[in-house]
Amino acid sequence: MGETVKTTPKLLPAGKSGIRRFLNADRVAVLAVVVAYAVVAILVYTGSATRQLMNMLISVSCYIVLALSLNLVVGLLGELSLGHAGFMSVGLFSGCTMAVLLHDTLPVILCLPLSMIVGGLAAALVGLLVGLPALRLRGDYLAIVTLACGEIIKNVITNLDIDGTPLRGALGIDTSSIRMSPTELLPYAIVLVLVTMLVIMNFKRSKHGRAIMAIRDNRIAAEATGVNVTYYKLMVFVLASLFAGMAGVLYGYSLPTTEASLFDYNMSIEILVIVVLGGMGNLGGSIIAAIILRVLPEALRDFSDYRMLAYSILLIGIMLLSENKRFKSWKSQVSLGSLWNKVRAKFRKKTPAVATADAVAEEPNHTDSPKGGDGQ
Amino acid sequence: MIQLVETLISGLTLGSIYALIALGYTMVYGIAKMLNFAHGDIIMIGAYAVIVSVATLRLPAVVAILISVAVCTLLGVTIEFLAYRPLRQSPPLTVLITAIGVSYLLQNVALLIFGSEQKSTPRMFQIPDLKLGAVTISGVALLTLGVTAVIMIALTLFINKTRMGKAMRAVSEDKEAAELMGISVNKTITVTFAIGSALAAVASIFFGATYVYIKPTTGSMPGIKAFTAAVFGGIGSVPGAMLGGILLGVLEQLSKTYISTLWSDAIVFGVLVLVLVVKPSGLLGKTVREKV
Repeated sequence: MGETVKTTPKLLPAGKSGIRRFLNADRVAVLAVVVAYAVVAILVYTGSATRQLMNMLISVSCYIVLALSLNLVVGLLGELSLGHAGFMSVGLFSGCTMAVLLHDTLPVILCLPLSMIVGGLAAALVGLLVGLPALRLRGDYLAIVTLACGEIIKNVITNLDIDGTPLRGALGIDTSSIRMSPTELLPYAIVLVLVTMLVIMNFKRSKHGRAIMAIRDNRIAAEATGVNVTYYKLMVFVLASLFAGMAGVLYGYSLPTTEASLFDYNMSIEILVIVVLGGMGNLGGSIIAAIILRVLPEALRDFSDYRMLAYSILLIGIMLLSENKRFKSWKSQVSLGSLWNKVRAKFRKKTPAVATADAVAEEPNHTDSPKGGDGQ
Repeated sequence: MIQLVETLISGLTLGSIYALIALGYTMVYGIAKMLNFAHGDIIMIGAYAVIVSVATLRLPAVVAILISVAVCTLLGVTIEFLAYRPLRQSPPLTVLITAIGVSYLLQNVALLIFGSEQKSTPRMFQIPDLKLGAVTISGVALLTLGVTAVIMIALTLFINKTRMGKAMRAVSEDKEAAELMGISVNKTITVTFAIGSALAAVASIFFGATYVYIKPTTGSMPGIKAFTAAVFGGIGSVPGAMLGGILLGVLEQLSKTYISTLWSDAIVFGVLVLVLVVKPSGLLGKTVREKV
């Protein structure tokens, strides 16, 4: 972690309201996501989307939210978490249990957001419980505790079999009564992804986000300057599990049944791979990587036997390539990020300095990751 | 009482398998400072090597064991050379993801070659069960315990008494200083991977003898448990991995027998979390004082 924290104070033009500032978080990324979803929505609602695309929509959206939230822990706080799927399953099972119980009395438009909030809060509570012991630990010890907690959550949910609730232990929940088709779920998914993006992006450049990145870069120095490390670590854990839980509820709505054993450490690792490939701390990168890594296995479906083989070889290849010196220097010359910088350098001459202060503050922190430069 | 003794013995057997695997994790971590996520899958390859050489090639058990050890050692060294060596200077997470990639690769190669259905390990050891009064100890358990004890003593002697062991300790302490003293860091790391993988092969033989069925994903759960054991004992510490592995095995068997089979994983991991909260660097880990 050699990077310095960019604490450039933002020079905001006078009269810019809080809401507008909030929506302005990261124009390029937000715009790209909005456009992408608009295209998808047009395809879906005009009926020209293939079944394959429809089936992937919700899971890709869930993974975007999961990756963004894990990026808070791994990228911003700099701690390795191997139990993210556990938080997701807490959200899924608590939120969907409630949804199954309530779906007769409440219309979907109320029931789904409500169960998402309940699922998110339940996951956040568990995140707090996991975060508390994790505060004493660092590095690989923290990683193993998150892994252990993920496995404990899986085990507990598998063994829960309380009469009168839809949650039947190892059988999971029968979510067929609340199941919705991708077309019906799409609006909720879009809202969830956009809310997550905006909140996390604003969080990253807020005073809290800067404090958290300061802890990542040098904990002792951050502590010495008055950053409350305990408070911020807990805050990150709670926030990350809140969003993971909400994504879990959305995921539950798209499946006929769910069982806890699906959410094991393999899934946590899958999310971690997305975050690392997207570039740690780079939120735009997480989104791109989530899309690519979820769509790629589907696209390779024709080679069914060989697709996971191809995936693993690609994974190793990307990692080896990203650390290759010759490739790095080549990439810095041709990457989208540097092209964008060149375009911006030309543009900058014509605009007043105030507008570009924005851009300076949002430079990606990790340029050494494969997609480091392209995300923002 | 009889049940308790038998549970303890089966716990010790399981624990020694965990300990053998955990040694591979901890040695690699101590020396190369990386979590080798593919280690669990090396066990799986080792188990398949035994099945192929005994069931298909009709080789005697001793030869099969030697083949399994050779295959695993070669595999470990090759993986280190091709995948991890180019990343020696990279951030730990890059190496971790590469290791995960290698793990997926091994699983999928095994899936392509051997198929997804489970295969049974041939019976290789014909050791009579030992009866001590009312307590019966299976021959395989005795063999596992005996061989593990010998290996642990040998490994401790190797690390403390030989030149290579000294080099390993030096590299784990300070890579740069060791290099300045004329120690070849790459060679030391290769030897570490070779030893770790050979131990994994031994573990795979006992694992196959105890649990019989092997499939491509077999390695991941004992791998995770052994990794947990290594952290439990203090990662990077060789006696810690032995202690952690054995404690974890005993704990698992005790909770399976006396509490519930269903809850045993939650109990084992729960105890791990508690221990780490009380002693954040594991049972025998060194607490590193931070310097400002």
